[in-house]
Amino acid sequence: MTQAKNFAFGEDEKMLRDTARKFLQDHLPTDKLHQLVASDSDPYRDPPCHWDKNLWLQIVELGWSTVIVPEENGGSGMSLVALCALVEEAGRAALPSPFIATAIASLVLRECRTSPANELLQAIASGKTATLASTPKSASWLASDCDVCLVDGTLNGSAYFVQDARKVETLLVQCKTQSGLALYAVPTNSEGVEIIADGIIDLTRDQAHIHLNKVSVSDAQLLSEQACDVLEAAEPGILTLVSADICGAGEWQLQTTVEYMKVREQFDHPLGYFQALKHPLVNVMIMIDQAKSLTYNAACAVDSEPENAAKFARMAKALASEVAAYASNRSIQFHGGIGFTWECFVHLYSKRQKHNQVLYGDAKYQRAKLADLLMGSIA
Amino acid sequence: MSLKITKENAEKAEFRNYCRHWLSHHDAGTPLVKLPQSAIEIMHQEQLDYLRKWQGEAYAAGLIGCDYPIIEGGAGRKGCQAIANQEMARASKPFLPNILGLGMAAPTLHFHAQQALKERLLPRLFSCEDVWCQGFSEPGAGSDLANVQTFAERKGDKWIINGHKVWTSLAHFADWMILLARTDKSKKYDGLTYFVVPIKSTLGESVRVQPLIKITGETGFNEVFFDNLEISDDYRLDDVGKGWKVAQTTLLHERGAGPMVTPSSGRGNKKASAVGDAYALIDLAKDSMRDGQSAANDPLLRDQIMQMIIRQEGSKQGARRAKVEGLCEHPMRLPLQTKLVMSEIRQDNAAVALDILGAHSTLSINDENAPAGGEWPLAYMNSYGITIAAGASEIQRNILGERVLGMAKSK
Repeated sequence: MTQAKNFAFGEDEKMLRDTARKFLQDHLPTDKLHQLVASDSDPYRDPPCHWDKNLWLQIVELGWSTVIVPEENGGSGMSLVALCALVEEAGRAALPSPFIATAIASLVLRECRTSPANELLQAIASGKTATLASTPKSASWLASDCDVCLVDGTLNGSAYFVQDARKVETLLVQCKTQSGLALYAVPTNSEGVEIIADGIIDLTRDQAHIHLNKVSVSDAQLLSEQACDVLEAAEPGILTLVSADICGAGEWQLQTTVEYMKVREQFDHPLGYFQALKHPLVNVMIMIDQAKSLTYNAACAVDSEPENAAKFARMAKALASEVAAYASNRSIQFHGGIGFTWECFVHLYSKRQKHNQVLYGDAKYQRAKLADLLMGSIA
Repeated sequence: MSLKITKENAEKAEFRNYCRHWLSHHDAGTPLVKLPQSAIEIMHQEQLDYLRKWQGEAYAAGLIGCDYPIIEGGAGRKGCQAIANQEMARASKPFLPNILGLGMAAPTLHFHAQQALKERLLPRLFSCEDVWCQGFSEPGAGSDLANVQTFAERKGDKWIINGHKVWTSLAHFADWMILLARTDKSKKYDGLTYFVVPIKSTLGESVRVQPLIKITGETGFNEVFFDNLEISDDYRLDDVGKGWKVAQTTLLHERGAGPMVTPSSGRGNKKASAVGDAYALIDLAKDSMRDGQSAANDPLLRDQIMQMIIRQEGSKQGARRAKVEGLCEHPMRLPLQTKLVMSEIRQDNAAVALDILGAHSTLSINDENAPAGGEWPLAYMNSYGITIAAGASEIQRNILGERVLGMAKSK
């Protein structure tokens, strides 16, 4: 297939994105976000799960849920670039919501091509939420690795690093079976499902590990019997979405820090006058721009050049992970003393970025995988 | 509207086919002497003669200057130079020698010169009958370009020029120079005026060109001294005192951010094209033994190579994104990064190549055992030309921080 023109980003996509940006600016300005997620600064508090359910219902009303679902399953059938643009806005607002977890689940469901998966996609289009529960305790991102087994029609074992588990209704659980790897849809309130919240640094999402103890599942819940292939096929899209979140949050970090450079004065000059601060922020901008371009390119490849999707998605997540680290580091440092305080908003974003940076593999991991693709494995 | 777009696309597709056809039937021939890595390192007349012939043929075929109006020697097309460039690069044709003319003098003439002057100078520039050079930098005006002191004094309808320009690539072959000169010592930016200057006819008299030797040992680079050079007022672009404004057009195009796409070609052959390219580092690593093992098996080198490929691909996709307004935060944000990003990637690609080569990176182009003909160490040294020229990387970061991000102007 051929490369999409203009990254398949037309008037409809732009309008959707601009509406989303305005909506989040109006309904979740950063001071409101801070009130929502940072009311308790005690580092030993029980893991919180702060999010605005009403805001989420409005987001569903706006149609974001339909963007993540193919047309034949009741969705809008828009391009992955359109979804990226929405995720970028979610990142820019550091939105706590089940949106990204559900979008990732939908990328997995699209690859299943079974009627239970299609039914779940249909439900997602009308606002149902889901998350992927496939990662083992070793934090391996390989689709072939998982710590859950199917024994006598019940799921047993654990899944780790499950994103926004306390916000969603359905888990997509990967498990080992006698014939390979399968994927089941499991309601979070099923008998035998125990969701144990992780105490995480990021205040704008929740994460959990999940114990499954004799959780009965039926064929109606069987999403795929080729879970490994499905997850591998979905991986480029997943990496692309996390990269988009990083780009959006990174742009907030850049613009917020640049604004501070204009108003804060020392030695009779605004801080931006000093090249020790100006030049690194230009470097942040350049990295964000490269990460954005690579992210849109990866999104297009997922839609229209599948043979290049893995390669381009690894490039995007590798560079985006570097952005997550560098933009966070400079944004705190350049805010000076105030940047080190809880009341300054920059820590919210640097914590979200820290999470994004490592999720589904950091820069070094992506580059090692990319090298295997482009150079062959180490002999 | 959509009909117009379809017609434009059809014309472009037809033009691309035409370019491909012409390029596949055209043979630039084999040069009798070894060619340098780029136009600004042309040292010998034989090198220039070969490349000038190629540029002239490409112009005659309509592949150069095609977006300029017909009356100015162009083809009156729209958005076609980029297509011709892609096809010339794809066909690995030699580079174009008149790079300072094509990239800087031509767009500046197009936007600021009197019609008669454009019609007289541009066709000869495109065909490379006239070679151009750039008289901007001076010993006391490098990064602080507006500090130029070369003085043009008005005498009736003539100007008398005195001064000293440096880093003047191709001046030893040049017929014409674009010149930024001071016409008023009491003002800095508003005391500058822009001229085009015929330098060949008075060479050795009122114009003296003296070669400068680069760190590579190559020349191609000069100092130019003016001693009472007299030129006509017809060679002034725009008004007296507007030189800085005119120079912005030159600089914008020099940094790859201007509205006119600079004609460019390939590097003569696939092997030469590989030098400087991040993807070429993969084969270089596979072909290189260092510390007793294949460089392609070293995880740290693999990581470095991937970093370069990712940056290069990011930059390539950035050029694609710059055309989609809805995906750009600020209209000049990507264009103004072009020169900075490309020059640093090129330098870092070469640095990684030297890391890959390990002990073999000590071998220079005069050693027959040097891997890839010693071109990578040469490319590394030459890369400083592009990170320093046209506004050093540090100046580019000021420009981006100020014009795009809006931070206070640095001194």
